[in-house]
Amino acid sequence: MTEFPAMATGRDGRFLNRTEAMGAVALALLIFVLLPLALDPFRLNLFGKYLTYAFVAVGLVLCWGAGGILSLGQGVFFGLGGYALAMFLKLEASTPEATKIQSTPGIPDFMDWNQITALPGWWQPFHSLSFTIFAVVAVPVIFAFIIGTAMFRRRVGGVYFSIITQAVAAILTILIIGQQGYTGGVNGITDLRTLKGWDIRTDEAKTALYFVNGGLLFACLALAQFVRRSKLGRILIAMRDREDRVRFSGYDVASFKIFVFCLGAGFAAIGGAMFTLQVGFMSPSFVGIVPSIEMVIFCAVGGRNSILGAVWGTLLVNWAKTSFSESFPELWQFGMGALFIAVVLVFPDGLAGVWKQHVEPLFARLKPRPSAPQPAE
Amino acid sequence: MTEKTPTSPLGAPSRRAFLAASAALSASLFLPKGLRAQDFPTATVNTTGLAVTDTDVTVGILHSVTGTMAISETGSVQAEKLAIDQINAQGGVLGRQINFVQEDGASDWPTFAEKARKLLVDDKVASVMGCWTSASRKAVLPVFEQYNGMLYYPTFYEGLEESPNVIYTGQEATQQIIAGIDWVTKTKGAKSFYLLGSDYIWPRTSNKIARKHIEKLGLEVVGEEYYPLGHTQFNSVINKIKLKKPDVIYAIVVGGSNVAFYKQLKAAGIDMTKEKPLLLTISVTEDEIRGIGGENIDGAYACMKYFQSLDNPNNIEFVKAFKAAYGEDMVIGDVTQAAYLGPWLWKAAVEKAGSFDIDKIKEASPGIELATAPEGYVKVHENHHLWSKTRVGHAQADGQYKVVFETADLVEPDPFPEGYQ
Repeated sequence: MTEFPAMATGRDGRFLNRTEAMGAVALALLIFVLLPLALDPFRLNLFGKYLTYAFVAVGLVLCWGAGGILSLGQGVFFGLGGYALAMFLKLEASTPEATKIQSTPGIPDFMDWNQITALPGWWQPFHSLSFTIFAVVAVPVIFAFIIGTAMFRRRVGGVYFSIITQAVAAILTILIIGQQGYTGGVNGITDLRTLKGWDIRTDEAKTALYFVNGGLLFACLALAQFVRRSKLGRILIAMRDREDRVRFSGYDVASFKIFVFCLGAGFAAIGGAMFTLQVGFMSPSFVGIVPSIEMVIFCAVGGRNSILGAVWGTLLVNWAKTSFSESFPELWQFGMGALFIAVVLVFPDGLAGVWKQHVEPLFARLKPRPSAPQPAE
Repeated sequence: MTEKTPTSPLGAPSRRAFLAASAALSASLFLPKGLRAQDFPTATVNTTGLAVTDTDVTVGILHSVTGTMAISETGSVQAEKLAIDQINAQGGVLGRQINFVQEDGASDWPTFAEKARKLLVDDKVASVMGCWTSASRKAVLPVFEQYNGMLYYPTFYEGLEESPNVIYTGQEATQQIIAGIDWVTKTKGAKSFYLLGSDYIWPRTSNKIARKHIEKLGLEVVGEEYYPLGHTQFNSVINKIKLKKPDVIYAIVVGGSNVAFYKQLKAAGIDMTKEKPLLLTISVTEDEIRGIGGENIDGAYACMKYFQSLDNPNNIEFVKAFKAAYGEDMVIGDVTQAAYLGPWLWKAAVEKAGSFDIDKIKEASPGIELATAPEGYVKVHENHHLWSKTRVGHAQADGQYKVVFETADLVEPDPFPEGYQ
């Protein structure tokens, strides 16, 4: 039973316990073997899109499930990450040759439609890919840091924090829509073609991006697991359950909260950037309140205490959404509503809870423990 | 059921009974003289693997039937289905019955892109009738260009686009704006304009064209303002209008905001029937009036290419067929009629090309004429937009428009208007 060496200082000294390891292997099999074998490039790309939301859900498990910080504005960070990459791709697509039909060739088409005649200064750095990759993570994290500092240092928490994150999501949407000359407005930034000359619209590129996406997701999962198993993770849970006791024990509660909020924002931003790459555009409809709440639902369906559950939940909800809407174009939203109600009523701990309560005991009964003497636990 | 008379290409009088019967009967009964499927073997008319068999061809319908845009797009879905039923009743396209796969864009632009890809890649549809807002069209456009699909797009829009993979069956901005402004200056003697719109690309581009044209005529724009989509407080702008006393309020307010805007105008004592100021809109069709209420917009003018009240034989047939299929209380707006043209234009292109191949349809489309369009004769331009007339309607309290003006000739579509950019 030593397949995972003690990488972190978890209670039992192991990075993953047996069920977590089984879950991780099962998820890896699904993402890297089963889906690519079973699906055509179009469906695989759809699952790639769903997996980008899983980044947000994993971040939410840390913030909400572990830290007790319910952010209803994760779309903001998803959007900022996505927009940063979309700006780079749009500039690459807007060469003077490709845009010679415009009044001002060489600038993105939506700027030309809005009578802007020169590329604004804050768009200039996005000509550089390395700056863009830095900005994809840095801009949302810094923004989360500012919000987090402003809120948590003043001990704003609970419902008030959730409401403020919603307000931020609403404000950012209005800002993006209102400044359409600089942001593309309601249409968003569309018609993205190549990444450093590599056509991201082909099936091969989409399949490659799917695997990159899966790899990044597992990296984020490992980081999230590391945080959960560390002392920091246990302080987070302590804060969630009894914040004042942690504070009285001498811990700086606000710093921990800011850290985990920034981490969640960083995950969401990576998801947003991968979304832009795989879907080929970014629009304000991923920034607002509704998508932000949807992302919380993905996390709740999977189980807010389980990082793997969050990924399963995201996949299940999005797959259901696609297949319901294809089969019943005019009724599917009722089906989705029923699914959410059923999950909350019947499985309050989400998929992870179902697994723990119903499936694991079954395994335990089927496979009796080895008779060899075990050290006392 | 006997073969229907060829004199009425748009629909027999008892449309409902006819549709019911035609659905029950096998397709082969309705093959007209001339175009028989066996004369067009599938291998030669479909060289790119589209969903075309010896008896059937599949097309896609991609509109929002849920979400905020459902109220506008439902009419387009109905019109497209009606056209498909009618074409099938006449024997289909190249002897093949049209089936459709309907997908819901859910008023969400990425969903439109996802569903467009699904229709083209999974279902291999031979063409797609769909989209409504510019945002949804912009979202699906790269998909259609990449997978080489054909989109029939029904909405009047801002122009500045010309894709070989799209047939724009609505008007681009200049077709809707210039003749209307000329009319209001000539017949109503208007000298000053207040421009007003919802804040996104179509109203902004339209007002830009309107402003340039107004200034070219040597007239004055006394104000220009935009409000976010869904905005419902228009009192401040109404006060400004009262202060500046323009001759014309040029309004491009869309969606739910319309209801608030016209009710508040009326409540503020601006009686549109007195035409001081006169209200001219390019965004309120009969569909929107259902929400606004005829009594709240009585006396306003709208500049469109189609009104339900158009008095020509094609339109009388079309309105009758539409009501027979969907109910007596249905109204038909400009976009609904443009959506109805989509399947017919596609059929004409396929038959002209003698093939379902997208590249051949692209080439065959310019020059296609449709004499049976409810709006009257239309023709496809080289730039894939339609030549069509501009008309001005006078809103009546019963929610219908009375046509008070139409251009003598078809107006040429000009999506990249020189001097208006």
